[in-house]
Amino acid sequence: MTAAAIKLADVHKSFGATRIIRGVNLTVPAGQRHAIIGPNGAGKSTLFNLISGRLTPTSGKIELNGEDVTGLPPYQINRRGLSRSFQVTNIFPRLSVWENVRCAVLWSLGYRYAFWRGIDGLADVRVRTEHILAEIDLIDRRRVQAGVLTYAEQRALEIGITIAGGAGIILLDEPSAGMSVAEAARAVALIRRVSQGRTLIMIEHDMDVVFDLADRISVLVYGQIIASDVPAAIKQDRAVQTAYLGTAA
Amino acid sequence: MSDVAGETASVQARSDAGSPGVAAGFFGQAAPWIALALLFVVLPLIFPSGSALTMMSLMGIMIVFALSYNMLLGETGMLSFGHAVYYGLGGFFTVHAMNTVIHNHLPVPLPVMPLVGAFGGLLFGIIFGAVSTRRAGTAFAMISLGLGELVASSSLILRGFFGGEEGVSTNRTKLLRVFGLNFGPQIEVYYLIAAWCLLAMLAMYALKRTPFGRMCNAVRENAERAQFVGYNPTMVRFMAFSLAGLFAGIAGGLAAINFELVNSAAVGAEQSGLVLLAAYIGGVGNFIGPVIGAVLVTWLEVMLSDLTDVWQLYFGLLFVAVVMFAPNGIAGLVMRHEPLWQARAYGSMLRLALAYLIALVPALLLLAGLIMVIEMGYHLSVKASEGPTISLFHLTLNTTSALPWLAAAVLIGGGFFLFRLTWPLVDGVWHNALARAQGAGKAT
Repeated sequence: MTAAAIKLADVHKSFGATRIIRGVNLTVPAGQRHAIIGPNGAGKSTLFNLISGRLTPTSGKIELNGEDVTGLPPYQINRRGLSRSFQVTNIFPRLSVWENVRCAVLWSLGYRYAFWRGIDGLADVRVRTEHILAEIDLIDRRRVQAGVLTYAEQRALEIGITIAGGAGIILLDEPSAGMSVAEAARAVALIRRVSQGRTLIMIEHDMDVVFDLADRISVLVYGQIIASDVPAAIKQDRAVQTAYLGTAA
Repeated sequence: MSDVAGETASVQARSDAGSPGVAAGFFGQAAPWIALALLFVVLPLIFPSGSALTMMSLMGIMIVFALSYNMLLGETGMLSFGHAVYYGLGGFFTVHAMNTVIHNHLPVPLPVMPLVGAFGGLLFGIIFGAVSTRRAGTAFAMISLGLGELVASSSLILRGFFGGEEGVSTNRTKLLRVFGLNFGPQIEVYYLIAAWCLLAMLAMYALKRTPFGRMCNAVRENAERAQFVGYNPTMVRFMAFSLAGLFAGIAGGLAAINFELVNSAAVGAEQSGLVLLAAYIGGVGNFIGPVIGAVLVTWLEVMLSDLTDVWQLYFGLLFVAVVMFAPNGIAGLVMRHEPLWQARAYGSMLRLALAYLIALVPALLLLAGLIMVIEMGYHLSVKASEGPTISLFHLTLNTTSALPWLAAAVLIGGGFFLFRLTWPLVDGVWHNALARAQGAGKAT
C-alpha cells in the first residue's frame, strides 16, 4: 500500500493561550479531491498554513507522501511536491503575468538559482509557461502587469502559479471566493481540469462547488474535524447540519 | 513598471517568432551594446581635455558602482546603507595586490587588477551577506548601516591594511607592461576603465535575465510567495548581496587604479550615501537608471563643486525633488513617454515637448530665485568678511542691499505662480497624448 499523500496526526496549533487547531487527524490518499468546510474561524486557513509550512505546529506530526515534513520551511515542502494558493490573492503584483507563471515554473524544472544561463533561451521553461497560461486562459494577457488584472483573472493567475510547478498535491484556499456565478463555474471547470491525476485539498464556502468537486469532505469546527466522509453522507450528518450547514440544508 | 512591459514585449516577440526571430533578436540586443562601446571609444576624441578625461573615468567607475547597488535596491528590493564597504575593500585589496606585484616583480599586468577588487568585494559580500541577508526590509537596512560603521571605524584602527588617515598609495605604471602601455597617461586609464565598465554592465545586464535574476525580482515583489514556488528568499538575497559586492569591488579596484590611492573615505558612509543617491536619482526601476544617475551625480559633484561651496545643498535639494516628484527617477520620467513612442505619436510628442518648454521658463525663474537666496544667504553668513558683493549669473550682486533680495523673492514668487498656471497645460497635453496613444494601441 502506498503512503497517503497527506497525513496529519494529532496536530495542534496555539497562538499564545488560544488553541486554534485542537488535535486534527486527517488522511488524504493520493488522487483524492478533498474539501474542508466549516464555519468562519474554525481554523481552516490555519490548517493549510500548517500543512504548507507557513506555520509550525505546536505539536503533532505532518507527513507528505510518507515523509515527515513537520516544521520544514515552505520552500522545502514545496520542493517535496506540495503547492498551495491563498485566500487573499498572493501574486507578484508588479511583474507581468508571464513572469509570474515563469517564476513558479523554474524550480521544478531544475534551474534553481542558476545565474550563469539566460532565462529566455530555456525552451522547456517557455513551453511550460505557455501551457499554464493557456490552461488558465490568460495567454492574451501575458504582457499585462499582474497587479492590474481583474479580480477573477488574478484568482486564475493564483491557481496558475500554484499548479505551474507540477506539484502532485495542490492546496486551494477558497478558489471561488468573491466570484460571480459564471466566474465560479469557470473556476470549478479549471480546478477539475488541473486537479486531474493529482491530490487536491481545498477550502471552500460555496457548497455547490464543494459537492460538485469533492470526492470526500471533512468538516472542521473549532479546530477539530467533526466529520469526514463522502459528500452524500456529509449532507445527511446531523452533527454537521447543526454545526454548519443549517437545518434547512 | 515600464521596464516590465518592455521586457515582456521582447519575450513575446521571441516566443512568437521562433528561431529566425531569435537570431534577429540577438542583433537587436547586441546593437545598443555595440553603440555604447563605440561611444566609449569616441568620447575622448570629442572631449579630449584632461579634466574631461578625469571626469569620464570617474563616471565609468560610478556606473559600475551604482549598477552594483541597484542589484540590491532595484532588483531585489534591499535598501543598503553600507554598500561602500565592498567598493572600498575592493579598492584596498587591489591596491595591496598592486604593491605586492610591484614589490616582487610579478608578471601581472595592470588591466587584470580589478579582478582582485572583485574577489575582495565578493569575499566580504559573502561574509557580511551571510549575517545581514537573514533579515529583509528595515532590519536589513539597519544591519547594513551597522556593518558600514564597523568597517569605517576599523579602517582607522587596522592601520596595516587600511593605511590609517593617509590611506595606501601605489604606482600603476610599475606593473608589467602590455602592448607597450604603462597606464601613466589618463587616456590609457580611461580606456581601461571604459573596457571594465562595459564588461561589468554587460555582465550585470545578463544577470537580470537569468533564473536567479528573475527570482530576485520575485523576492522583491513578494518574498513569501517565492517560498511557495520553491525558493528560499534568504538564499536569493544572499546571492544578490554577494554578487553586488563583487561588482562593487570591481568599481573599487578601478578607483584604486585611477587615483593610485585608497583611504578610509572609500568605505565610509558618505560614499555609501553617494551611490544610493546616484541609483535613486537615475531611477532604480530601469537598468539604464543608475547609469544616468551615476553620470549626472559625478558631473554635478565635479562641476557644482567648482561653481559653489554649497554644492551638496543643491545635491540634497535635487534628491528631495526626485523623491517627491519623480519617485521612479530620471529614467522613470523618460520611460513614461514610452507609450507615445511606441504608438509613433510624433505629433503628440512634439506638442508635449512644446508644453514642457513653456513650463520650463517659470521653473527656471523659480530656480534662479532659489539659487540667489542660497548663494547670498551663504555669503552673508559665512563669507561676509570678504565684502558684501558676490558674482552670480555674470551679475554683481550686493548682498547687503534690499534690491537683489527683492528680485529673488519676485523670481521665486512669480516663478511659482506662473508654473502653477502653466502646469495644467502640460498635464492636459500629456493626458490627451496618452489617451490618443492608447486609443491607437487598441485600434491596431
